[in-house]
Amino acid sequence: MNWILLIEQCLNGIQLGLLLFLLAAGLTLVFGIMDLVNLAHGSLYMVGAYFAATFTAWTGSFVLAIVLTLPATLIVGAVVEIVCLRSLYNRDHLDQVLATFGLILFFNELVRLVWGPAGLSVPLPEFLSSSLELLPGLIYPSYRLAIILASLAAAFFLYWLVARTRIGMLIRAGASNREMVGALGINIRFLFTIVFGLGAALAGFAGLMAAPISTVEIGMGENVLILAFVVIVIGGIGSIRGAFVAAILIGLIDTVGRAFLPDVIGTFFDDEFADAAAPALASMSIYLLMVVILAFRPEGLFSAKSG
Amino acid sequence: MISIRYGFIAFVMIALAAVPTVAVAIDEPFYVSMFTRMLVMAIAACSLNLVLGYGGMVSFGHAAYLGLGAYVVGIGFYHASNDGMEWALNGWMHLALAIIIPGLVALLVGAISLRTRGVYFIMITLAFSQMLYYFFIGLERYGGDDGLSLWFLSDFGGVMDMNDDVHLYYLSYGLLLLILFMLYRLVNSRFGMVIKGAKSNERRLMAVGFPTYRYRLVAFGISGAICGVAGFLMANQSEFVSTAEMHWVHSGDLIVMVVLGGMGTLFGPVLGAVGFLMLEQYLPEMIRGGCEVIGGNDCGVAGEYWKIVFGPLLIMIVLFARGGIDGLLQGKVGRNG
Amino acid sequence: MLKRTITLAAGAAMLATTAMAADPVKIGFVTTLSKGPAVLGRDMRDAAELAMEHIGGKMGGRNVQIIYKDDQINPGVGKKETDELVQKERVDFVTGYIWSHVLLASYKSVVGNGPIMVSANAGPSQIAGELCHEDFFSTSWQNDQTPEAMGEVLNQLGIKSIYVMAPNYAAGKNMVAGVERTYKGEILGKDFTKWPDQLDFSAELAKARAAKPGAVFVFYPGGAGVQFLKQYDQAGLKETIPLYTVFTVDATSLPVVKDLALGSLATQMWSPDLDNAANRKFVDGFKAKYGRFPSFYAAQSYDAIMLIKSGVDAVNGDTANKAGMRAAMKKADFGSVRGKFEFGNNNFPIQNFYLREAVKNDAGEHTLKTVRTVYTAHQDNYHSKCPMN
Repeated sequence: MNWILLIEQCLNGIQLGLLLFLLAAGLTLVFGIMDLVNLAHGSLYMVGAYFAATFTAWTGSFVLAIVLTLPATLIVGAVVEIVCLRSLYNRDHLDQVLATFGLILFFNELVRLVWGPAGLSVPLPEFLSSSLELLPGLIYPSYRLAIILASLAAAFFLYWLVARTRIGMLIRAGASNREMVGALGINIRFLFTIVFGLGAALAGFAGLMAAPISTVEIGMGENVLILAFVVIVIGGIGSIRGAFVAAILIGLIDTVGRAFLPDVIGTFFDDEFADAAAPALASMSIYLLMVVILAFRPEGLFSAKSG
Repeated sequence: MISIRYGFIAFVMIALAAVPTVAVAIDEPFYVSMFTRMLVMAIAACSLNLVLGYGGMVSFGHAAYLGLGAYVVGIGFYHASNDGMEWALNGWMHLALAIIIPGLVALLVGAISLRTRGVYFIMITLAFSQMLYYFFIGLERYGGDDGLSLWFLSDFGGVMDMNDDVHLYYLSYGLLLLILFMLYRLVNSRFGMVIKGAKSNERRLMAVGFPTYRYRLVAFGISGAICGVAGFLMANQSEFVSTAEMHWVHSGDLIVMVVLGGMGTLFGPVLGAVGFLMLEQYLPEMIRGGCEVIGGNDCGVAGEYWKIVFGPLLIMIVLFARGGIDGLLQGKVGRNG
Repeated sequence: MLKRTITLAAGAAMLATTAMAADPVKIGFVTTLSKGPAVLGRDMRDAAELAMEHIGGKMGGRNVQIIYKDDQINPGVGKKETDELVQKERVDFVTGYIWSHVLLASYKSVVGNGPIMVSANAGPSQIAGELCHEDFFSTSWQNDQTPEAMGEVLNQLGIKSIYVMAPNYAAGKNMVAGVERTYKGEILGKDFTKWPDQLDFSAELAKARAAKPGAVFVFYPGGAGVQFLKQYDQAGLKETIPLYTVFTVDATSLPVVKDLALGSLATQMWSPDLDNAANRKFVDGFKAKYGRFPSFYAAQSYDAIMLIKSGVDAVNGDTANKAGMRAAMKKADFGSVRGKFEFGNNNFPIQNFYLREAVKNDAGEHTLKTVRTVYTAHQDNYHSKCPMN
């Protein structure tokens, strides 16, 4: 076993997991507090990436683009909440799935109308475009390190916001008893809009962080959306801590599986079989994990009540 | 209002029966295959409706059973043409396996999934269908992502010829009627009462002594089996089998059909499937036409953006026409129709 | 419309075809106009429109109508749209087809049922081999040819070992099989990545770096190519291990990846700088009309329309004379933008393959430059399985 390679793959896994966490955190917040299944969360991720691409092109600076993208996606999220989703809170999950499915279609076409069918690209900021040698022989792209650090910072911010501030208190209260919070005279509508906007901004942040390492294109949100759902379901809906643990778990399993499964299978079976079976198994692994976890813990790893 | 509702449903069913005759008369054979697609999707939507509409189990993975049914035909064809196993083309065998295999898989999936509730159930059914999706992509032997083109279709001997669009149409129509009849008997039986009861108040039913889990599981299995029949027809209609039909968005389409038509009603899914495919076919042309009327530029391109209308339309239906088409026919408009 | 019909009827040469002159020659065009790869479909459609402009919208004296359909990269949808074109619109030709699986699904609906089919991109081995048909022509290539040429290039450059990456679907495996067939050095590792939605190639790239190959060979079409090139650069591999690609660096991805692709080498049967009159007219016309370089998808679509025109011209617009059209098309005598080529017995081109490098031209635009010819008059491996002569 090549230890350097293993460490590098684990870093890759953690980085993917943290990116997923940013997406899943918004999803699970909205889910836990408003009881809303939002399939269009992936569209906000896409919109964030498109904003990042546009703002980078305008300002010529990735950092400025971050500053502009976050409020922009927050506003888009808030508008979507006010115009469309607000009337879905009292509906059952099926209605929410359908309506937000409609939103996905709408956003995809809208983006195509505004930005055209061609993908966009976000150049890396100059100071992050190199690689660092973390350990002897372990060379790691500095932008990926930046993703890890920025995502961790976002996670801590979220923890602080939810656990230490007044708005966080309301959010936690809203998650456990919505009626009671309303009865205490809190403007619950406004609180919901803020929470949804916050979730949208997190999705947008994930989108903009992913933009320089992926293609900004239509439908990019749908692929990660499913992963984000897997994360929040494994973690336990509404639990930010659960989302964090599950996201890292999924990131590691996906990456390490992809990296080492072909070799592992190759040692037991012939190469041809390994070539065919390993990618399929690697693709299925996270769903398998989810099924196993739900079979034993139908409510996910952490329940919402524990925060 | 009831009379309008049944009158309309009767009209749709009779009109569907007349499609091949009319299509041949006006020399537009394309409509036969277009409406066959509608019948096939209607069967799939009916199967989903059993669990979703009557049982309140939101399965977000029914495209997988559709795909399994289709792959029965595809794999049979593959071995018949590559390994000389001509018996593998037998249509009766295809039909039987397309019922049994998806049914058994659905039982297995249901056995685990039904332990969960609500959104967890939605996501776990999705997870299973994603696993099957990647499994078939990995099955390089049967085409993987490229799918299989079927040069020979299910062989029913001298009884009917699947290459004849009209035969296939009437087979689909006949199967749809049969399935509707079976579903009618099923949901109005004691079994159906338990399923519907478990949707509204499972705890009470369990207290009375009904093992609701078992009832729901059987319903889930039956639903998978019926969906497999639709897959079998779909393979013969499109003469092609691929993983694309198993993609999760397709499961979403099926849910849309059920809701569009009217959940928990016998004919709702049929109306929904017909309506959905009609929209898919004609909405682009309507947008193009509308664009030309207002004198816009590039109207030919405008039609490609039909989903920008379709998406919000879906939201409107959810918000304002809960009962779907069937609900509208009953005059129920509004939130909780 | 009426006015045009009258002018046509007045033309003495058109006497034979006046009865049908009022109806246009109908061409169905199935490509991807939605989702990510819509950019490829747009290039193909733009090229077809340019071809229409260059031929004055006429073939064999008749007007031409192209009906575009969106396959949504879904074989089932592509097949349905093809059925509609054949059965409802009753087109004389169908063309387009980016994806092998869409073409395979639609093939049976067309060949033998009236229209002539011209693939402007996909070239699956089955259609080049045992499923070949006189109603089918290709203006592109058979899938394996381009990577075979790449394998040859790697041999010529004396590269001892390579690491291979491709998406885990049939075309990806074809590409890997193609390069394995001709490459004589050692293949240190192979990764088939999840398709179509792998976010991140870091795991595979780390393995590639650890394997220390002489070169990396990849196939990532469309958006995945852009993603791959960026991550390849960020992993610091661009400077250390040379990258060789097929169908990854093209005029649709270059404007997006820009400098990241500079210097990367790829094989292709066409290049924007090929020096012949037809190609100059095409490339200049395309740039003037759309303000960007055409991709090979565009070149093949332009050729498809021109090939169809050569058939319709030969029979003076009498599209009922299919045998006449097929015979004329088989001659491949239409001034292809790739230069002169011939059709093999399976109606796939026997053509040259070039090595192309991604460069920045004097105007600062990113484009592709021909380095040299790899294969001259290369024919695919499957033609011997095709029973046609």
